[in-house]
Amino acid sequence: MFYREAGDFKVSYVDDSQTFPIKFDRYRYYVVLAVAFGIIPFIINDYWANALLLPFLIYAIAAIGLNILVGYCGQVSLGTGGFMAVGAYACYKLMTAFPDVSMFIHVILAGGITALVGVLFGLPSLRIKGFYLAVATLAAQFFLVWLFNRVPWFYNYSASGQINAPERDVFGIIITGPNAPAWATYLFCLIFLAVCAVVARNLTRGTTGRKWMAIRDMDIAAEIIGVNPLRAKLTAFAVSSFFVGISGALFFAVYLGAVEVGEVFGIQKSFLVLFMIIIGGLGSIFGSFAGAAFLVLLPVVLKVVGADMLGWPTDIVAHLNLVIVGALIIMFLILEPHGLAQLWRVAKEKLRLWPFPH
Amino acid sequence: MKLKLATMALGAAMAAGPVMADLVFPSLSYRTGPYAAGGIPFADGYADYFTLLNERDGGIGGVATKVIECETGYNTEKGVECYESTKGEGSLVYQPLSTGITYQLIPKTTADGIPMHTMGYGRTSAKNGDVFSHTFNYPANYWDGASGAINYLLDTNNGDLSGKKIALVYHNSAYGKEPIRTLEELSAKHGFELVALPVDHPGQEQKSQWLQIRRDRPDFVLMWGWGVMNQVAVQEAANIRYPMENFIGIWWSGSENDVLPAGEAANGYKALTFHNVGTDFPVFDDLQKYVVDAGKAAGAGDQVGTVLYNRGLYAAMLAAEAAKKAQEIHGTADITPAMMRDGMEALEITEAKMTELGLPNFGPTFSVSCENHGGDALVGVTQWDATNKTWSLISEFKATDGDVIGPLINEDSGAYASENNIGSRC
Repeated sequence: MFYREAGDFKVSYVDDSQTFPIKFDRYRYYVVLAVAFGIIPFIINDYWANALLLPFLIYAIAAIGLNILVGYCGQVSLGTGGFMAVGAYACYKLMTAFPDVSMFIHVILAGGITALVGVLFGLPSLRIKGFYLAVATLAAQFFLVWLFNRVPWFYNYSASGQINAPERDVFGIIITGPNAPAWATYLFCLIFLAVCAVVARNLTRGTTGRKWMAIRDMDIAAEIIGVNPLRAKLTAFAVSSFFVGISGALFFAVYLGAVEVGEVFGIQKSFLVLFMIIIGGLGSIFGSFAGAAFLVLLPVVLKVVGADMLGWPTDIVAHLNLVIVGALIIMFLILEPHGLAQLWRVAKEKLRLWPFPH
Repeated sequence: MKLKLATMALGAAMAAGPVMADLVFPSLSYRTGPYAAGGIPFADGYADYFTLLNERDGGIGGVATKVIECETGYNTEKGVECYESTKGEGSLVYQPLSTGITYQLIPKTTADGIPMHTMGYGRTSAKNGDVFSHTFNYPANYWDGASGAINYLLDTNNGDLSGKKIALVYHNSAYGKEPIRTLEELSAKHGFELVALPVDHPGQEQKSQWLQIRRDRPDFVLMWGWGVMNQVAVQEAANIRYPMENFIGIWWSGSENDVLPAGEAANGYKALTFHNVGTDFPVFDDLQKYVVDAGKAAGAGDQVGTVLYNRGLYAAMLAAEAAKKAQEIHGTADITPAMMRDGMEALEITEAKMTELGLPNFGPTFSVSCENHGGDALVGVTQWDATNKTWSLISEFKATDGDVIGPLINEDSGAYASENNIGSRC
């Protein structure tokens, strides 16, 4: 009734190829943007920013990045944690070397450096596929963490091997460090997420994305119809690592403020982001958001309900959390193997036919 | 997106809890994960002491205490969530029991004006109160531990370690890396050779490190381990028949959990400490009467008297004494975090005070000042008796090598001050 194409006339090619062709969808998108940019910054506090929104926004960027590689291009990667570490350490080195440069530039440069590293570790993908490629990226994960632990230059020779984000600003507004206001850190990450999502969405709709998907679906067939596998695979690694690098830089500089590479960017992080896109939906931008939201918010909600409201012992809640998240993952994989994004798609199909399903 | 907004709204309603007039002591504990064996007794001891104060004395200065527990799992991200969710409840002092979370909270607590006490862990140079206004690490820190271990070895080797080889088995993280600088300085000073052997998180895999020890045969092995890493190390040492009396752990590697799995083979293993062990103190009678028998013990109630339980108890005692001091200074029973900080900075623990609290000779005597947030750096040594399954103090609390540690602290805290533009305040 509300959600339908009928009556929504397209009079130009631009109209026809827009991201949200259905009016209701389009308005919903504008409302979400308006709330995220226009309302939340005014009501946000430290708890909301640091406990929920920052991790959600940053993980969503990482999930979009990994989704480009795994979901769109079909190259399985277990090196996300390592690539996030590259972004974080690149950002740290840039922040300490050029204190007067805006944080925006640091984060983007950190993404660029990660893209280069990603391309380097993506080279084996030209010869190996599937599980073997997963193992090669796993090597990247362990090598990068080892490198940042081992070479003191990366952590500026500090005694503990930790990196700490100094106070840096954008146009005079403090973004990193303990005195950064919650709204500023939130908006900073939100801008990156919004731009990344739009860029990713349009890349995947265009020639580049179609080439990636061709490689994913059948690489030999793709090659025969004229897709260059070298370029397609390496661009996927570059774009994916660029996003993952940005998320790593934000994770370190804006969210945590102090990072120890083995603990924060270990193999668990790679798996966490991989779970996000599997649960959210492979090959879907919305799925990256949904998966990140699911895995970031669910533990916090369970903790708030269990420990703070019901007063259960904290260890029981922590264990229950593992049980519930694990059970939900299994349930999703059985009932809806294509993730939350597919649920959303099915819901939209149903809405389109409502109230007269045939 | 809608789902997200709905969950957010739900969470908002929940996060806005009631504001209590109690004295709030948040406990960022970890009862799950690879470090739970250490986290559980500490959290129990911390909570039980405050329960005792409430039940026996009606709180501190007539105001009831309240412990808010939040599970971090030794994970920095959860630590941030815990800090943010509890700081609005009037939290007086944070004790995260994790060096990683400490590094994260040092700037945050300073900006929010809430003191943090990192007893025997965290950033060592926080001892310099001139730079770290809201961070305290009395009564001892890692560098004191490193120096205390070397002093103990000097004592037992007629004051001469030249030509000896000492291996350091450490957790490959900020925590484990802390003592290396000091040990390097000390090795230059005393002429011993230092071999550093990192063990990666969580520390279940140490075969190659112990193979190297077996090959090199160092005269002594020091260990900076935590959680499951400790028991694996003790077991591996037993497997290669390394003489246990030459194996010394830091205070985080010296609890019952670490030595029991190795059984008889762990006999003679030593660990550093900055507080006494056992239950032979009057306060434990009160604990039994008011807390354990009343069924109010935290957790399963089976940890009373273990090394880490005592440490949690000691941490709670120091926090309570600082709160008393703050009430005294500011003349009000209902103190704020800022007042608590003043109380911590003016804290003085004397033998008479510990006796009065039912803890005679439980820890070293020390006093805190604006310049010195680290106490007087006295370190003792305990040894494990596998037959009786008890730890016993074999070396009294002794002074550490301030000549080596002092300049290192000034250097490190000076670097932090210039990085963050912190001026002198004392």
